[in-house]
Amino acid sequence: MVEKSWRPRIVAFLCRWCGYAGADLAGVSRMKYPEIYPIRVNCSGSVHPELILDAFRKGADGVLICGCHTPNDCHYISGNYKALKRVALVKKLLSQLGINQERVRLEWISAAEGRKFSRVVKEFYEKIRELGPLEVRV
Amino acid sequence: MKKHSNWVILTLIGGNDLRIGVFVCHCGRNISSTVDVSRVVREVSERSRKVVFSTDYKYLCSDPGQKLIEEKIKEENLDAVVIAACSPSMHEETFRRVLKRAGINEYLLEIANIREQCSWVHEDGTEKAIALTLAAVEKVSRNEKLKPIKIGVKRKCLVIGGGIAGITASLDLANSGFEVILVEKSPTIGGKMAQLSETFPTLDCSQCILTPLMVSLSRNDRIKLYTMSEVVEIDGYVGNFRVKIKKKPRYVIEEKCTVCGECEKVCPVIVPNEFDRGLSYRKAIYIPFPQAVPSSYVIDPNSCLGLNPVVCGKCKEVCEADAIDYHMREETIEEEVGAIIVATGYELFPKDRIGEYGYGTYEDVIDALEFERILSSTGPTGGTVKRPSDGRTPKRVVFIQCAGSRDENYLEYCSKICCMYTAKQAMLYKHLVPEGEAYVFYIDVRTAGKGYEEFFRRVQEEEGVIYIRGKVSRVYREGENLIVEGVDTLTGKKLTIEADLVVLSTGVVPPEGTENLVSVLKIQQDQSGFLKEAHPKLKPTETLTKGIFICGAIQGPKDITETVSQAKGAASAVMELLSMGEVERDPIVARVNEEYCVACKTCESLCPFGAVKVRDKAEVNEALCEGCGICAASCPTGAIEVVNNKFDQFEEVLEVLINGREKLETENSGLPL
Repeated sequence: MVEKSWRPRIVAFLCRWCGYAGADLAGVSRMKYPEIYPIRVNCSGSVHPELILDAFRKGADGVLICGCHTPNDCHYISGNYKALKRVALVKKLLSQLGINQERVRLEWISAAEGRKFSRVVKEFYEKIRELGPLEVRV
Repeated sequence: MKKHSNWVILTLIGGNDLRIGVFVCHCGRNISSTVDVSRVVREVSERSRKVVFSTDYKYLCSDPGQKLIEEKIKEENLDAVVIAACSPSMHEETFRRVLKRAGINEYLLEIANIREQCSWVHEDGTEKAIALTLAAVEKVSRNEKLKPIKIGVKRKCLVIGGGIAGITASLDLANSGFEVILVEKSPTIGGKMAQLSETFPTLDCSQCILTPLMVSLSRNDRIKLYTMSEVVEIDGYVGNFRVKIKKKPRYVIEEKCTVCGECEKVCPVIVPNEFDRGLSYRKAIYIPFPQAVPSSYVIDPNSCLGLNPVVCGKCKEVCEADAIDYHMREETIEEEVGAIIVATGYELFPKDRIGEYGYGTYEDVIDALEFERILSSTGPTGGTVKRPSDGRTPKRVVFIQCAGSRDENYLEYCSKICCMYTAKQAMLYKHLVPEGEAYVFYIDVRTAGKGYEEFFRRVQEEEGVIYIRGKVSRVYREGENLIVEGVDTLTGKKLTIEADLVVLSTGVVPPEGTENLVSVLKIQQDQSGFLKEAHPKLKPTETLTKGIFICGAIQGPKDITETVSQAKGAASAVMELLSMGEVERDPIVARVNEEYCVACKTCESLCPFGAVKVRDKAEVNEALCEGCGICAASCPTGAIEVVNNKFDQFEEVLEVLINGREKLETENSGLPL
């Protein structure tokens, strides 16, 4: 069993146009959520799959990626689709390494979806707490 | 390979030898109430050897705050700066300018967002604030000095939407010497304002103040007007947008039509007139209203007898000007502009969705815009108040405010204009039917605006309109009349009023097609579907996409007064952008390390903008590159990367964010960064 006080280490790659703006809106609306560490990227499609693996290698318990809604919201036309494919690939790789796929979550969050951002973070945080600390190192 | 002509790398900076200064903002109490600012200041300089100076200030964005940063950069001989404050979307540019003024490169700046994504969402954000600030220190220590790319701008603006907002913005721009392309979906400009009878609080006749503007727009040589047109494609960037416009056929040649009206007389097809909200009829060849601009008839292809001269052709026979052309086809027009203003206005909330009020079931339950047409001197009833079912003059009218607004089942927000237009309509009704009675059901009456409260008092005290605080539960028919059942929430008593006519003061929603436009333009909507401004107070007419501006009701419900002010604001923001002749663009573009490039063409095939071409090695066209980094995330050798967004930078950021906390908790000495 996981200790009650255990706080998972979660990093979130947020695309600057949608995910990051949605997280900002959650802040402006004072919607509390558990502590995660945001990283602003230009596009969800710019998150290198190795970077996700690197996060786990460094000890992250979960990685969240937020981009713009499909089909048409991506500021760079199709970056979100590229993220979709890459995350699928990373998940496959993770499961081969014995890491639960659910430790990676990809979500489309628009600049208007502060509430959704806050909800997704809460859900993901709880999920990771349920899964416990990541034992395997990539 | 071609040299990177536009941005210049002044020096390549290693990890450790930059003098970095950290400035932590209290933001009044916005940050300091949940983040121990002095601990952040102390710990970042203790934990990172790279930080040679750190301090805090009440408001860093204020004038003294900016001066402080400027002074400290000079005094402490800083090379790079980390600002721990609000979101970079707020003040990144402000602080870049500070660095520039202080004489250091403005791209050696990183913002740690310790307000929106920290102090506002956590009970105690101190540790996270320290981690975010240290991550920013790591990132900035690997940033490169860059110079913004300067690009020329087209001194031309595209305005989408020809209502009062689009008209005002177009005229302001054209009168200041800029070219304007105005695109309007319907056959005439004028928008909703052309349909209104009189405007609050001055009771100006709406058409009388609008149509002179429409005429001067049509006569302005700098404005090119495309009606029946829609923007279908946009590419490019600020200063240089390429726009594709689809123009539907009018089947009447605008320049030839003399508006004699002979065609209309002979046309055999009769259909509901949308300008009168279906309360009157028009022919298949019609002019929306007499003062329409362009001043020309139009054929509605959906109701015309097949646009086939064999079937009908009556209008063409009588047209002496020879203006009718059944063979007109849809055209695609391409234009190049420097800026775009979106002014597509609003629709009324589709009231048939509020079943309990009986709209759509009873003819005498109408919406506010329909009543507006009935009150208008040029409306379907010629300026006398008649109800739709039997043409009788209604002796008792009940208005239901907030129909669909401020209701979690429909629209959560307040539509802002309904209280005032209801008061105005009740007043106009009493002017036209002095012996009639007008009742208004309201939740609250909101009259914030110059002269609005005075107007509202007149309506109550001088015109004798009766206001009932309460909600209507249902409307049903009994005999020829309607029964309005509701509760007076001040007395707690149930009420029933027998009415001849019920007017629903419906709320305001973004027009149909907004989702589509948003995805064409790559701009954002807010949670209610209106277009999102870059900042509600400081950048109310800008969007997050540079060069695209918004104004009028598409940004949020607003009345004509506010719409005109905002349109003038948007026009002046465009002038500011276009008048300099060139704009600066962030030099955040992809760059190729030729040593590693194996010319596999992965980047070329993935680039959404066609900015990478591979010959011997990959080459980036910086004018086209948007800096998204899709290429970098797929390069098998790591040869292509986006400047200041490099893999190793994110690696270091991850290290600090993931392991910084534990190290902070357990180690006494500095972080081994």
